[in-house]
Amino acid sequence: MDNTYFISDFCHITAEEVSVNGTVILKNETAGFETFLKEVYQAIDLKYSKFFKMDTLSKLTFLGAELLLKKEGSDVENWKETALVFSNKSSSLETDRKHQQSIEDSENFYPSPAVFVYTLPNIGMGEVAIRHQLQTDNAFFVFDEFEPEFLQKYTVSLLQEKKCSQILCGWTEVDGVSRHGFFYVVSQHGTTLHTKQNIKNIYTQS
Amino acid sequence: MKVPCYISATGLVTPLGFSVKDNFNLLLKDISAIQKHKDGTISATSFYAAMLSEEKIDAQFQQLGNPKKFTKLEKMMLLSLGQTLASSAVKISAKTALIVATTKGNIDALEQDSSFEEKRAYLPELAKKLVAFYNFTTQPIIVSNACVSGILAVAVAKRILTTDLYDNAVIVAGDLVTKFTLSGFQSFQALSDSPCKPYSKYRNGITLGEGAASVFVSKEKPDSNAVQILGDGTSNDANHISGPSRTGEGLYRSILTAMTEAQLEANEIDFISAHGTATLYNDEMESIAFTRRRLQHVPLHSLKGVFGHTLGASGLLETVIGLEMMHQKTMLPSVGFDVVGVSKPLHILRQLQHQPIDVLLKTASGFGGCNTAVLFKKVS
Repeated sequence: MDNTYFISDFCHITAEEVSVNGTVILKNETAGFETFLKEVYQAIDLKYSKFFKMDTLSKLTFLGAELLLKKEGSDVENWKETALVFSNKSSSLETDRKHQQSIEDSENFYPSPAVFVYTLPNIGMGEVAIRHQLQTDNAFFVFDEFEPEFLQKYTVSLLQEKKCSQILCGWTEVDGVSRHGFFYVVSQHGTTLHTKQNIKNIYTQS
Repeated sequence: MKVPCYISATGLVTPLGFSVKDNFNLLLKDISAIQKHKDGTISATSFYAAMLSEEKIDAQFQQLGNPKKFTKLEKMMLLSLGQTLASSAVKISAKTALIVATTKGNIDALEQDSSFEEKRAYLPELAKKLVAFYNFTTQPIIVSNACVSGILAVAVAKRILTTDLYDNAVIVAGDLVTKFTLSGFQSFQALSDSPCKPYSKYRNGITLGEGAASVFVSKEKPDSNAVQILGDGTSNDANHISGPSRTGEGLYRSILTAMTEAQLEANEIDFISAHGTATLYNDEMESIAFTRRRLQHVPLHSLKGVFGHTLGASGLLETVIGLEMMHQKTMLPSVGFDVVGVSKPLHILRQLQHQPIDVLLKTASGFGGCNTAVLFKKVS
């Protein structure tokens, strides 16, 4: 039963490059990660000013969804029923530290709602939901490392409940020098079987 | 692929007490855990919150281990887990999942003067402490999805029990009142200047709270006090990251999905344990969503007036109280409610009622536009 689902498309965003279905579409020559994400934004000709208000984790999440959900000729009805299953190791800690810095010193106390709202790992999924009008199931998990077996089983059980027609899965890790976005779509269309091993293989392909 | 699953044991650690029974007995007396606090380490000004002193926790924790080795939240979660594991009498196996639901975990480990390493703020580190303490053998599953985390974890448990990976699951949810969260909600001007008043005309924001709750979920039907998880739904508003939808779209859809899965009609739902944070927009949104789903006549409460908003813990904490109401055939009132302040009239309970609850609906909504609804049914 599990293998009737496929990994339809996948992409990686790292500090070095962006690739879609194994093909590199943009290389990072010199820029830091945050700047590189803005270059990706320009390279795919996005016009969405809210992007610049987002923290790094949300920007990464947003771009991954943009690369996979806006494919030409994709079935609109299908992507409206795209559920989101995301995970990472460090939750929103990078932004958490920023908020903590702003409140640590009572002489210099300046908490900002614009920072605080991003101190949740699921906010990026919210941004994706708004952008693509996905009123669907979403869940954010935190694991010590990428968990292909759990994700494979969880994704299939969600699909089998018929609460969505396809799922965008993402591993979005942003913490110090560790930065990796890995995204894939699970649906009934494609050629790569949605198995634990295949997920693992394409995860390590970055 | 339907696999019935049941909740048969619960645990609770709140400012009202260290067991479900102690908590419930105080709830029967209309007691609220919300108090005025003056604590310079958390806020320069005084504030209302439902807080649990570490001294009280440590006194309880002595029976389990050395309180100095664990953070406040870890101790609360371990104490709650201890109750659930003891009353379920489960033998933890290679097919027992541990699901940890939290919004901010040990976020206080980021504070400069924390006696714990910064590393402790990573959620997997928190989960590792729980795993090691009770000898779980599977990888812990952490759900961190803002304020729906605790109830979403119940839906996750139900879902993963349909796979061959697990036979049963223990869920624990917990969150703290910290300088981090208090200052954040202050910056949003979302905090109430008095104990919060869900659905009231006079409500003006949330009151934060802290607590830990846990449940045991199994495919095996328990002999007594069995409650089945009948259906669940999660839906994003796709509208705004820090404010609810004006039409209650996500909450409406999540309830609809849960009811469809459970094959239940509106008139078969006996009680709603709602989210009711007491912000102007949230409670108004709920009144619209419940009315759209024709649930305006169903008795309803929010427990935020008792426990405050315990963030990621709230969904599970309020579920645990909900399950106890089902066992005790008692509907608890919505503390803090007086004059109706939402545009669609809901059946908000002012007084305790001794009435059976066979089907309970639990809902929650949170930042990021998330909404989750789960339906529970008593089975004999």
